[in-house]
Amino acid sequence: MKGALASVPISKEWDIVGARQTGRNIAKQIGFGSVDQARIATAISELARNIYLYAGIGIVSFEVLEERSMIGLKIVAEDAGPGINDIGKAMQDGFSTSGGLGAGLPGVKRLMDRFDIMSSNQGTKIIVVKWLR
Amino acid sequence: MSIAKSSDNYKDLLLKYVETNDEEVLYQAEKLSKSAIQNNIPPEEIVNIHYQAIKEVFPNLDKKLKDSFYFLIETMISYGLAHKEYEVLREKQIELRSEIEIAANMQNTLLRTTIPKYPSLDIGAKSVPAKIMNGDYYHFVQDNDDNIGIAIADVSGKGIPAAFCMSMIKYAMESFPTHQMYPDAILEMLNRIVIRNVDPGMFVTMFYGLYDVLNNQFYYSTAGHEPGLIYRKRTDSFEDIDARGLLLGVEKDVQYVQYETQLNVGDLIILFTDGVTECRIGERFITREEIIEVIHEHIHLPAEEVVENVYKYFERMQNFNFCDDFTFIIMKRTQ
Repeated sequence: MKGALASVPISKEWDIVGARQTGRNIAKQIGFGSVDQARIATAISELARNIYLYAGIGIVSFEVLEERSMIGLKIVAEDAGPGINDIGKAMQDGFSTSGGLGAGLPGVKRLMDRFDIMSSNQGTKIIVVKWLR
Repeated sequence: MSIAKSSDNYKDLLLKYVETNDEEVLYQAEKLSKSAIQNNIPPEEIVNIHYQAIKEVFPNLDKKLKDSFYFLIETMISYGLAHKEYEVLREKQIELRSEIEIAANMQNTLLRTTIPKYPSLDIGAKSVPAKIMNGDYYHFVQDNDDNIGIAIADVSGKGIPAAFCMSMIKYAMESFPTHQMYPDAILEMLNRIVIRNVDPGMFVTMFYGLYDVLNNQFYYSTAGHEPGLIYRKRTDSFEDIDARGLLLGVEKDVQYVQYETQLNVGDLIILFTDGVTECRIGERFITREEIIEVIHEHIHLPAEEVVENVYKYFERMQNFNFCDDFTFIIMKRTQ
C-alpha cells in the first residue's frame, strides 16, 4: 500500500466526518494504534473544519509514505480560499479561533510529526505527516 | 519515566488496588500521575494505559465495554492538546515575566534620582510600583545656587506603557537648563513634549516645585496632580497645597499658573500620587484626614523615617498588596 489513496472533498460540515473516517480507516490499515488513530482523526477534523469555515470548499487527500524504512500517513488539505494573512500568528498558541481550546493549527502540528503550510490569497495548502512507530 | 515503564507500573498498581482497595495504592497512583505529567504523557495516553491494563487484568472483558475506551480516548485528545497549549503558554509567561523584570531594573537605573542635600532641608522620598513597572515618578534637580527642583508625576495607566512614558519625561527634564527653571515654564515645556510624543488618551499629572534656599520661598505649579499638603509648625496644622492646572498631554499651548508660599522652620511640604489617596481599605477609600493623621503621628522623625512609616502604614492597610503605584515625598525645613 503506497502512494495516493483517497481524496475527500470538503464543502459541508458533514464532510468533516467523512474525512475523519477515511483517514482513520487508512491509519488503522497501516497499523496505527488506537491513540494515534484518535490523534490523526482530530488533526483531520481540524484541517477539514478550517477549509469548511474559512474557504468554503477544498479537499483533504491521503497518501501512504515510505521513507528510509519508515511508514507514514501523509495528509494534504488544500483550498482556494482567501488564505491566512499572518501565518506566524495563526501558528502561535493562544491565538487560534478555538479560543484556547488547544486545537487550531498549533494543535494539528502537535498531533502530527511533520507540518508544512503554504498560504497566499490564492489559497492554502497544509501538509502533515504522522510516522508509524 | 517512559510510557512503557509507566504502563507496567500502572498495571501493577491497578491490580493491587482492585484486590485490596488500599489507600496506599491510591497514593502511589497520585505519584504516578504526577510523574506522568512531568514526563509529558498526555491524558489520552493514560486512558490507553488503563485500557491496556484492564485488558490484561480482565481478559474476558465485554466487547462493548472495550469499545467504550476508544470513545474515551477520542474525547481525551482535545484535553491533551489544551494541556500542552497551557504548558507552552505558562513557559512563555515565565519568559515574559523575567523580561519585564529586566525592564523594571533598567527603569530603576534610568529613573534614578538623588535626593539633594542642603543644611536647612531634610528630604525623604519613596516610590513603589503596584506591579513590576512603575508609572509614578519623582525627580530632584539642584541648580548652582543650591535651589531645589522637585517633580512628582503619575501617568494614567500602569505597567509598561506608563513606564515608557515616564522615561521619556525624565529625559526631557534632564535636557532642560538647570538654572532659573520656574515650575510654570517647566510644565509648559513638558506639556508640549507629551502632546507631541505620547498617544492621545495617555495623560500625565505632575506637580513641580522649586525651593529657593536663600529666602525659603517655595514656587510651584501643578498639571492636574493630586494636591499635596503643607504642615505649618506654628499652628500644628495641615493645609492643602492649593493649585490648579490642566493635565499634561490634553491640550496644546497650555499656560500654567505659578503659586508661591513661604516655608518657616519646622514646616513640611508633603507630596504624593493618587496611589496614596486612592488607597482602598476593604470597601472604602482612605480619607485625607487619615493620611494627615498618619503623617502627624510621625512628624517629629527625620523625613526619610516619616516616609518609611507612612509607607508601612499604607502597606499594612492594603494587605501588603498595593493596587496603584505609591509615591510619597516629604521636604522639611529644619533651620
